[in-house]
Amino acid sequence: MRYLPLTDTDRAAMLDVIGAPSIDALFADVPADLYLDKPIEGLPLHASEMAVERHMRALSKQNLAAADAPFFLGAGAYRHHVPASVDHLIQRGEFLTAYTPYQPEIAQGTLQMLFEFQSQVARLFGCAVANASMYDGSTACWEAITMAGRVTKRRKAILSCGLHPHYVSTAQTMARFEGHGIDYALPTLTAETDFAALADKVDGETGCVVVQYPDILGRIGDMTALADACHAAGALLVAVVTEPVALGALKSPGEMGADIVVGEGQALGVGLQFGGPYLGLFAVRDPRHVRQMPGRLCGETVDAEGKRGFVLTLSTREQHIRREKATSNICTNAGLCALAFSVHMTLLGEKGLRALAAENHRLACLAADRLAQVPGVTALNEAFFNEFTLVVPCDARQLVRDMAGKGVLGGVSLGKFYPDGQGRENSLVVAVTETVTAEDIECLAATLQECLA
Amino acid sequence: MNAPNMSGWKPGTPQAPEGSDGVHTVTGNRGLMLEEPLVFEIGNTETTGVDFPSPLTLAGGAGGGPDTGSGSTPTADSSRVREGNRLGGLDRSESFGLPGLSEPETVRHYTRLSRQNYAIDCGIFPLGSCTMKHNPRLNEKVARMPGFSDLHPLQPESTVQGALGVIDELAHWLVSLTGMAGVAMSPKAGAHGELCGILTIRAALEARGDARQVILVPESAHGTNPATAAFAGYAVENIPATAEGRVDLAALEARLGPDVAAVMITNPNTCGLFEREMKAISDAVHAAGAFVYCDGANFNAVVGRVRPGDLGVDAMHINLHKTFSTPHGGGGPGSGPVVLSEALMPFAPLPFVRKTDAGFDLIEEEDDAAAPQSFGRMAAFHGQMGMFTRALAYILSHGADGLRQVSGDAVLNANYILRRCEDVLDAPFGATGPCMHEALFSDAGFAEGVATLDLAKALIDEGFHPMTMYFPLVVHGAMLVEPTECESKATLDQFIMALRSIAERARAGDESLHQAPQLAPRRRLDETLAARRPVLAWEG
Amino acid sequence: MPRYFTEDHEWIEVDGQTATIGITDYAQEQLGDIVFVEVPAAGASLAKGKEAAVVESVKAASDVYSPVSGTVTEGNAALEDDPALVNTAPEGDGWFFKLTVSDAAELEGLMDEAAYKDFVAGL
Repeated sequence: MRYLPLTDTDRAAMLDVIGAPSIDALFADVPADLYLDKPIEGLPLHASEMAVERHMRALSKQNLAAADAPFFLGAGAYRHHVPASVDHLIQRGEFLTAYTPYQPEIAQGTLQMLFEFQSQVARLFGCAVANASMYDGSTACWEAITMAGRVTKRRKAILSCGLHPHYVSTAQTMARFEGHGIDYALPTLTAETDFAALADKVDGETGCVVVQYPDILGRIGDMTALADACHAAGALLVAVVTEPVALGALKSPGEMGADIVVGEGQALGVGLQFGGPYLGLFAVRDPRHVRQMPGRLCGETVDAEGKRGFVLTLSTREQHIRREKATSNICTNAGLCALAFSVHMTLLGEKGLRALAAENHRLACLAADRLAQVPGVTALNEAFFNEFTLVVPCDARQLVRDMAGKGVLGGVSLGKFYPDGQGRENSLVVAVTETVTAEDIECLAATLQECLA
Repeated sequence: MNAPNMSGWKPGTPQAPEGSDGVHTVTGNRGLMLEEPLVFEIGNTETTGVDFPSPLTLAGGAGGGPDTGSGSTPTADSSRVREGNRLGGLDRSESFGLPGLSEPETVRHYTRLSRQNYAIDCGIFPLGSCTMKHNPRLNEKVARMPGFSDLHPLQPESTVQGALGVIDELAHWLVSLTGMAGVAMSPKAGAHGELCGILTIRAALEARGDARQVILVPESAHGTNPATAAFAGYAVENIPATAEGRVDLAALEARLGPDVAAVMITNPNTCGLFEREMKAISDAVHAAGAFVYCDGANFNAVVGRVRPGDLGVDAMHINLHKTFSTPHGGGGPGSGPVVLSEALMPFAPLPFVRKTDAGFDLIEEEDDAAAPQSFGRMAAFHGQMGMFTRALAYILSHGADGLRQVSGDAVLNANYILRRCEDVLDAPFGATGPCMHEALFSDAGFAEGVATLDLAKALIDEGFHPMTMYFPLVVHGAMLVEPTECESKATLDQFIMALRSIAERARAGDESLHQAPQLAPRRRLDETLAARRPVLAWEG
Repeated sequence: MPRYFTEDHEWIEVDGQTATIGITDYAQEQLGDIVFVEVPAAGASLAKGKEAAVVESVKAASDVYSPVSGTVTEGNAALEDDPALVNTAPEGDGWFFKLTVSDAAELEGLMDEAAYKDFVAGL
C-alpha cells in the first residue's frame, strides 16, 4: 500500500505508547454490532499503479475526445487551446496541495494569485470588485439572484429567455425552496435578444433581471437601455457570461451598466473536463455592494514589518462566522481552476485576449457563412461572437447523433434542452473556436449536407 | 477605497525592511526566498505569451471584409461571405488594462509565488476537520487522459460511455462503502452536498404534505451546516452537547417534534469523537418523523470500518478531497457526492446516470418520466468529473482492504499525538477514551496573555503548518490536530517534539511567542486594516 | 440626562422623547478591533429587544438590539468611514443611532450605571 508510510513495527510501537492492544481497539466507541472487522465483501482489493492506470485508460478509450473529431460544441462549455505552461504551473505542489489560505504568513502565493485573479476578472467584466471564485457559472448565477434580493429587498427575478437552460433549471430549483419568484419564458427563434421586452417587464417588485451575453443562441445585444430601466425601477441587472473569451472583442457588461456580472470561467485555462470542475466568476460594479457578495474575498494589507501582503478578508459575510446568517453556505471556491484561469489570462494579456477573440470571431464568421450554404440550413443570428444557431429542416437531436456516428461532433441540439415540439428542436447551436480548422468547417458542412439528404 | 498604508514596502521597490535576523538586502529577496511584484506591476497590455497563426486584428464594424488570415480558407462561395464583423456594434473599443507576460516571465512569476506557500508536498499539514492527505500523482495523470479531460459535457451519450462508466463505478464504491441505497453525484463541493441532502429531505417531506420548519444542529457543527439549513429555508436550532463532547441524546429527544424536519450531525464529530449513540439518535429522529443528515466531512476516520447506512443515516455528503485524496488546490475545487437512503432516493437531484442493457444513459430534465419526484437540478452539467477520475483512481489503488487500513492508520496517528502531548496540552476529552482521526486540545494551562494563535504561529517558525485553531467553537482556544494516515512515525515524532516545546513555552508565558512567525515569508498580517479599508483589486 | 444599560451591553441615553444608543466600553473591549458597523436608517421602526444594528470585528459579527421600541431618527454616519470610533469612544462619538421612544415605560427594566458596573463585575 504505497500511500501508507507506517510499518507494522511502527504501528506496534505506537500502540504501545497509546496503551491499546490493536488498531481495532481504538474504535471502541463504535458499537460492536456495527463495526466491520474485515474488508467489505464484493469490492476489489488494493491494486498496483500500473493496474489502476490500465483500468482507467480502458475506460477513457471508450470516449471520443474532442481533439479526435471535428468539434463544434459550446452552449456553456468551450474548447480552447490551453498553453502547456498553464498545466505545468497548476501542478506545482505548492499550489496543488495547499489548503485554503487561512494562515496568510505561509500562503502568500495563493493569496497574491487570488488578488491578481480578482483584479483580472474585475477588469474583464468592467466591474470594481470580483470575488475569489465560486463553484461554476450556474451556481454563481443563482448566488447573484439571491444577492440582488438582499440588496433590493425584493424576491422576484426576471430571467431572459436566452439564459442557459441549466442555469434556469438551477435557479428554478433553488427559488422553489427559498421562496423567490422566477419569471421565465422559453426562447423563440428570433435573431434579436429579448432585452427590449425585458425592459418593459421591470416593475417595482423586480429584484433583478438576468441576461446572458452572448446568450444561449449565440445572440448579443446592447444592455444599456435595459440597465437604465432596471435602475429606474430600483432593480439590479445581472449579466451572465458563459464564454469569457468574448470579452476580448465585446464591450463588457459592466461598461453597459450591469450591476452584478457572473460567469463561467472554464473557457480560459480549465478545459472541458466533461462538465467539471469549472470556475464560477462573480463581480460587482458598485464597490458599496461588496458586503452583500457571497464567497471568499482576498484583500491587500501589510505585515508587522510594513511589507505588503494579502489576506482573506470581510469574512464576517461567510458561513464559518455568520453561520445561519451568512450571505451563502459556500465554503470551497474553485482555487485551482482560478489559478489556471489567471495563468492563462497572464499569458494572453489584453493583446493576446483580443487576438484570441478576433481569431474566434473570424472563424465563426467563416463557418456561419459556409454552413448557411448547406441546402435547407439557415443561420438565425445577425450578430454573434463565436457561436450561432442554425435552423435545420429536422429534429436536430437525431442530426447530432447521426453526425457523431460519422465521427463529427457537430454542435448542441436545442431539442436537448427544449424537447417540447415547438420548433426549437429543429435548431443546432454551433460554436467555433480557434481550435477549429478550415478543414473541420468543410467537414462539418459536408457531413451536415450528407445527414440532411 | 484607499490603499492601506502606502508606506508599506512592496516587492520591486528599494529599501526593504531589515529582516528579523538583522540581515538587510536591497531587493528584499533573502536567498532562495524571492519576493515577487504583482503581475499588474511587471506586465503590460502590449506583451503576450501566446502566438496565433494569423494576423491579430479584428475587422472593423463597417467595411473591410472578415480577415481570412493566412491559413487555408473553406471553399465557400466568396461572393456570399459577408463583409465586416458581426459584433452588432458592440466592439470593445476601450482598453481594459489586462497585463500580459511572455512565457518565461509567466513561469517565473507563478513559480516564485508558489514558493511562498506551505503545502502537503512540503510537510505535515495537520488541519483538523480539513484532512490534508497526500495527493497521489497517478490521480493527476489519470484525470488528464484526453478521454476524460477533453470531453464536452453535452456530447452525444454514445461518445462518452467510458466517462459515464467512471461515474457509475465510483457511485458503486460510494454506495458500498456507506451501506446506502444510492448516491447523487452532481454536488460541486461539501457545502453544496449538504444543500443537496437538505433539499432532498425537504422534497421528501413536501411529497407527504409535511411542512416542517426546523433543523436541529449541534453547537459543535461546521458553520456550513446552519448556513445550509438557512439557505434551504429552514429555521436553525442548536442541540446541546454533553460534558463528554457528544450530542445530548436526552435533550435532542426532548426537542424532537412534529416541526422538526431533520437533524444534522457530524460523525465522527468535530471534537474528533465517535457519536456512540448514533443509532439511538437516528431511531429517535425517525420515530419523530424526521430525517438524519450526516455531515460526512470526517468519513475518512471510519471508511471501511463503519457504514453510515447501518447507523440510520438518511443522507450524507462525502468530500472527495478529504476521504479520497483529490487535491485541495489552495481552496478547491471540491466535490460532494451525497449518499441517500431508500426513502430519499426518489427525490435525488438531476442529472444522474442510469445503467441499461445497452450501456449508460444520462437522465436529465427532459426525461421527466424517469425521475418524476426528483427535486431538480442544482448546477449545470453533471458534476465534478475531474474529481471523480482522481477519486476512483485512489479508491482502486487502496481497494477494500487498503481503505480500511487508511482509517486505521489515520486514527492510530491521531491517538499517538494525543497521548504523547496530553501532559503538556490540555485534552478536554482525552480521559473519555480514544479519539478518532483528530486530537483536540485546548488553551487551558497556557500562561495569561498567551493564546492558541501564538502557539500556531510558532509552529510556522518550526516549519510546520498549524493545526485548525478556535474550532470547534465549543472548546475554548481549541486546537484540532489531524495528522492523517499519510505521515510517517518519524514525521510525527518531529512534529510532537516541536509541539511539546512550544506548549511548554506557552505554559511558561514566553512573550516571544507573540512575535511568531519570524521566519515565514511574511510576519503577522494586519487583518483589521484589510477589513476596515478593503482593497480588493489592483487600482494602479 | 439619564443613561441606562442592558444585559446585552447596549447603553441608551434619554433626552425627552429622543434617545441615543450605542454599545458599552466593556462590549467594544470584548469584540476587539471593530472593522464595520451597520446602523439602521432614519425612519426604521424598531422593537425592543430586536436586532437593530450589526457590529463586526475581523472574526466576529454581533447583533446590536434596540433597548426600547421606537422610530429611528438618525444613524451615525461617521461609523461608516471610521468604525474604530466604537473602540476609541464607545459611549461618546461612537454612538450607533438615535430614535424617538414610543413607550417610555420600556426603560423601567433597564440598569443604571451602578447596576451595570455590578453586572459586568459578575461576568
